[in-house]
Amino acid sequence: MPTSPTSPFSPPTSRPSLDRRSKDLRTLVLRAFGAGRRGHLGSAFSLVEMLRVLYDDVLRFDATKPLWEGRDRMILSKGHGCLALYAILADKSFFPESELMKFCHIDGKLGGHPERGKVPGVEASTGSLGHGLSIGVGMALALRARPEAGRVFVIDSDGECNEGSLWEAALSASKHRLENLTVLVDYNHMQSYSTTAEVLNLEPMADKWRAFGFAVKEVDGHDVASLREALKATPFEPGRPSALICHTVKGRGVPLLEWNAAWHHKNKVTDEEVATLLAALEEA
Amino acid sequence: MRKTSLDSVYELAKQDKRIVFIGSDIGAGTLDEFKAEMPNQFFMEGISEAHVVGMAAGMALEGKIVYINTIATFLTRRCYEQVALDCCLHKTRVRLIGSGGGLVYAPLGPTHLAVEDIAIMRALPGMTILAAADAEEMKRMMPHTVDIPGPVYIRLGRGGDPVVTDPTDPFEIGKLFLLKPGKDVLLITTGTMSKMALDAADLLRAQSLDAGVLHVPTLKPLNVSGLIAQMAEIPVILTLEEHSVIGGLGSAISEILAEAAFTPAKRFRRLGLPDAFCENYGSQASLMAKQGLSVERVAQQALELAAGARV
Repeated sequence: MPTSPTSPFSPPTSRPSLDRRSKDLRTLVLRAFGAGRRGHLGSAFSLVEMLRVLYDDVLRFDATKPLWEGRDRMILSKGHGCLALYAILADKSFFPESELMKFCHIDGKLGGHPERGKVPGVEASTGSLGHGLSIGVGMALALRARPEAGRVFVIDSDGECNEGSLWEAALSASKHRLENLTVLVDYNHMQSYSTTAEVLNLEPMADKWRAFGFAVKEVDGHDVASLREALKATPFEPGRPSALICHTVKGRGVPLLEWNAAWHHKNKVTDEEVATLLAALEEA
Repeated sequence: MRKTSLDSVYELAKQDKRIVFIGSDIGAGTLDEFKAEMPNQFFMEGISEAHVVGMAAGMALEGKIVYINTIATFLTRRCYEQVALDCCLHKTRVRLIGSGGGLVYAPLGPTHLAVEDIAIMRALPGMTILAAADAEEMKRMMPHTVDIPGPVYIRLGRGGDPVVTDPTDPFEIGKLFLLKPGKDVLLITTGTMSKMALDAADLLRAQSLDAGVLHVPTLKPLNVSGLIAQMAEIPVILTLEEHSVIGGLGSAISEILAEAAFTPAKRFRRLGLPDAFCENYGSQASLMAKQGLSVERVAQQALELAAGARV
């Protein structure tokens, strides 16, 4: 397993079995992936527990009224992880699960990156990295003047932290003391080409966010209890935006995918490959 | 013109709490009253155009109408993807007020010369593009920008430009303004170049050529049917713009002419800035003349074209 030499927090090394809910959500991801015959599977699998805890335990929303004024806004800035978002949104009945079977189809709503206005529950059209946090800052600024309004959560990838615009947004969030804004960094230590340590080292990650004015916590991003505890306690400090560095494993849940850059994005996926992955998920 | 535009934002913001202003790091003292009176609607966000545009889109998604001002090159080139995706794809009410359209910042060199801003903004779906001829027109134009459902790019001229528009002729988005009728030649212009066109028309009158001047402040959506009607009876058409000949008003009119296929064919020429980075400094007027844009040159080109000359 690649590690970042200066990270004070080791990426998860143990592999406790995923519980039924985590496996079921990954099964939805795999079925959509198979239907579209493509997708960023590893990027989606590293996100599942973060999204699960947000939607099961943290976010206020009404799936029958996706634009309900009082909702919390959740922006998946790492739009390429959208298979996991689509799975949880379908699970929460923002749209029927049958829509997952039209992933990337000509008549489907669910594309390879999520789009606001097309997909109920999607707050921002993302896919180009380094946009979501700025949009989130703007939303948080607009919302904090309204007493009934929700909070803003933004999920960034670690590779996304290569983008300069993300750090512009981070400066702005702390300038405005946006305690209604929480950033979750999916720190799976891998990006498309290789490890983050090799491509563009991000360490010390937590210190960077602290230096930019955020209150920071770090968790095992697959540990549901730890995620729940952290995300139920935002803001981490009054008067500051919060950053939760979620140490994750890219491809978590299927050994073949884990730490495997070849599975960052796949296309021309066959039914046999999907069946193999589904079986491996159940065995893991 | 910039002052008029920003003062208009201030006045509009007083009446409409949805309106907010964001600057990047603009001149000291700008909109001090706005900041003092409406601190919750005023933001100065630093030299971070990509973030500023994204943040504006986020605010607009929550119901705000956001006016941003900084130097035009930084508001178009620097953050083009944020403009395309965060503003246009999301159909947000973000208004980009670009200072120094064209060669306004002549002494500052190519980093500050917005000479392809119209071209790149024009290529974006859902973008509205406005370029007023003078401050008086700007004053009439600004209230119309509030309710446009998508993003708007407002290109600012130099400031102190002579007033050429008619204060009694109400502004509307998409409306064409015939500043001077003429039957031999039509000079189609946008922004502050309308003054140069009017002066060229005066020169042409001395040469017994009756030249009209049509001012097009709305570059997108372009009033295609209105333009076709205005061009129909006139044999010689020239476009005049303080912008690259690639992708701006001249290109747009070329496209309309090509598809309209008038018989007999119009004699047509685009006058604008060459496809090159400016290598000189000087004043706006001297740099423009160096680049081939002057009253005399416009008149000469119109005469050549009217005489059937080919260059």
